[in-house]
Amino acid sequence: MDILIPMLAAAIRSGTPVLYSVLGEILTERSGVMNLGLEGLMLVGAFAGFAVTQSTGSPYAGLAAAFLAGVLVTLIHAFLCITMGANQVVSGLALTMFGGGMSGMLGRGHIGETIKGLSPFRIPILGDIPLIGPVLFHHDIMVYISYILVAALGFFIFRTRPGMNLRAVGENPRASDAMGLSVAGIRYFYTLVGGGLSGIAGGYLSVVYTQMWVEGMTSGRGWIAVALVIFSIWHPFRAALGCYLFGGIDALQMRMQAAGTSIPAPLLLMLPYLMTLVVLTFISIRKRQGILLGAPASLGNPFRREERE
Amino acid sequence: MSSEPKSVNDANMPPLVSMRGIDKIFFGSYANKGVDFNLKRGEVHALLGENGAGKTTLMNVLSGIYAPDAGTISIDGRDVSFRSPRDAIASGIGMVHQHFMLIPALSVWENMLLGMGGIPFVMKKHEIVARIKELSKRYALSVDPEAYVWTLSIGEQQRVEILKMLYRGTKVLILDEPTSVLTPQETRDFFVTLRVMTEAGHGVILISHKIDEILSISDRLSILRKGEHIGTVNASGVTRETVAEMMVGRVLRPIKRPDSERHGPTILSCARLSARNDRGALSLSGVSFDLAASEILGVAGVVGNGQGELCEVLTGLRSLDSGEITLKGDNVSLCTPREFIRRGVSYIPVDRKGMGLVPNMNLKENAALKRYWKKPASVKKIFLDWEYIAGLTGELVARYAIQADSLASPVRVLSGGNIQKLMLARELSEAPSVILAMHPVWGLDVGAAEFVHERILEERERGAGIMLISEDLDELMELSDRIIVMSRGKIMGTVRRPRDATKEEIGLMMAGESMEATR
Repeated sequence: MDILIPMLAAAIRSGTPVLYSVLGEILTERSGVMNLGLEGLMLVGAFAGFAVTQSTGSPYAGLAAAFLAGVLVTLIHAFLCITMGANQVVSGLALTMFGGGMSGMLGRGHIGETIKGLSPFRIPILGDIPLIGPVLFHHDIMVYISYILVAALGFFIFRTRPGMNLRAVGENPRASDAMGLSVAGIRYFYTLVGGGLSGIAGGYLSVVYTQMWVEGMTSGRGWIAVALVIFSIWHPFRAALGCYLFGGIDALQMRMQAAGTSIPAPLLLMLPYLMTLVVLTFISIRKRQGILLGAPASLGNPFRREERE
Repeated sequence: MSSEPKSVNDANMPPLVSMRGIDKIFFGSYANKGVDFNLKRGEVHALLGENGAGKTTLMNVLSGIYAPDAGTISIDGRDVSFRSPRDAIASGIGMVHQHFMLIPALSVWENMLLGMGGIPFVMKKHEIVARIKELSKRYALSVDPEAYVWTLSIGEQQRVEILKMLYRGTKVLILDEPTSVLTPQETRDFFVTLRVMTEAGHGVILISHKIDEILSISDRLSILRKGEHIGTVNASGVTRETVAEMMVGRVLRPIKRPDSERHGPTILSCARLSARNDRGALSLSGVSFDLAASEILGVAGVVGNGQGELCEVLTGLRSLDSGEITLKGDNVSLCTPREFIRRGVSYIPVDRKGMGLVPNMNLKENAALKRYWKKPASVKKIFLDWEYIAGLTGELVARYAIQADSLASPVRVLSGGNIQKLMLARELSEAPSVILAMHPVWGLDVGAAEFVHERILEERERGAGIMLISEDLDELMELSDRIIVMSRGKIMGTVRRPRDATKEEIGLMMAGESMEATR
């Protein structure tokens, strides 16, 4: 128990930034746009969060700045992919490089500087439940918001009218357009919101998780997020599960490194990708059994109304 | 609104839809040129024309998908200008496209609501489902509101599309080639639904190229040719021939099919073939038949009842679950596609640009696709003899009168008719012994279709065994020596004298009734 509870709590904390990014990308991809720039967006968010928190002293202002930075950088991707119909993979990869370079350049003089970020607090009553309390309810406000976000998005995507429109646009933009939905408008909105959430994910890393700036501090979490979107089969609940699994692995490898075991850490860090491969195999097996599951049907395809088929 | 259709159309009432002088230009050429069109309340108005005549373009303009380059539209006498389908829907225009605009991953009731205003943020499923049930009862359109669209048959999906339009209070329903996916019996039920709608005061626009059907259901016909409006006539005052002449611009040549019954020996024999489709469902089960030389075997059936899988099995593109294929005495059940080609099986797939030809490659490359590995196209196994290939392609282009700027232009710039001619030229150039032709005249204009039919009959005379897969019963009954009818992956029966059979009989088999005993 003494080892397990801190480990599980650490899994939640470590999984939370990835979770924000995965939830954002689920929204983006559900609308039919693929954004592979999550790693870059997280870095930009991380630096924006760090810089604004340092200059204003308010971690909330920092997180808001992280969101905005994510939205602004994603605007490039949205314009290229939705308005211009460019290749989404290329644009996403460019975004990753842009984000890494941009944050590295701006943060050159600040490496290693620390800030006063958000601190954890115990939620009354819920926090007193044995086992569950210390694992789930002794965290900072952003973790609690992420719980609400997971539930809210799960409801939003599958039970509400705008959620249905979102799914429709990602599945068949031509039909959605013929039914009077604004394909470009919906895609812009969710791509930008998705980018903003990746910005928050980065902001969480600098403002809450480490409370400092280190160049390239995401260390591949953006790519893990891309993989976990597939693992979740584009569903917020499974996304939470996947992120906490990743968080658990991350927490475990840190502890194992500290204890000096012989299992190399990179081996453990490969697990999320392995999980993704297993899920991809599962999806294609289901498909052969005649069950439709998996990526939004028009993911990655630009849409132009007057283009004849 | 009166329920009496006659009085609905008062002389001084404006037409439901009036389009005047519509122009639509694609890449510098007119898809519509100065087209006038009007629709009265309570009428079924057919829009006829060959493929590429501009029917669908005109209706896409009316439903807000394309913006016209010139011309005006008025609904109920009020001028409108649609900037998107949303505007058109708000004015009561609903279109059921030939390729359905449904979202397979959503349920029927979710598809109904797509893009509708006035729906609460959190949807009230029970109210919606109840309303759908009421509508589907009133208009005789049965469908399960809670089913996922990807589980529905094509006929059911069409009913969902129509319900979707009625659900949002459509006054004008546009249907693009609605009967092409239906059996003759389903078509009759569908016409009943149309009459219920017009009696309620709706207007229906029917896009089609099937003249007989149109004459039986429509009140008026408008004919388009090469993007221009040729005329509008009352259905009661015209004959099939005059309409055809208006569509094509000349008198049609009847197909001259030699009535000789000189079948050769059996060349292809299939015994209890079973195979699965891409989703793993059994889509061919226990299919057995023989094909003789100098025979045209028609394969009738609604699209998606195993015809595609049958062709793929017979060309080595899909593996068999069980059964045996015998070609000229050899068991070829396990052969690769190239082995089938080597043994003289030609395949004319329906998906010309996807499976038949490579659109971005040029005429020469496409002509060489099925022979590049062997002499004389191939030199020393790794080089291509371009001089020989160019000569061959030039010969094919001349013999089949293919219109192309040069042998080096990519195939995608050719018109549909020329693309089909090129594929036919390649497939027939090596005197195949078996020809599988799937919807060979689909999407072609009348001239090109006549050409294709003549070539198929020539191949029959030469001694090839031909399987003609089509959904057009007229075509099948005209050309075939025998017809087999497929439904849900099974052969429901064989028609031995196609010219004595009735469409009703074949239609029943297409709908899944076994009729082997009757003939």
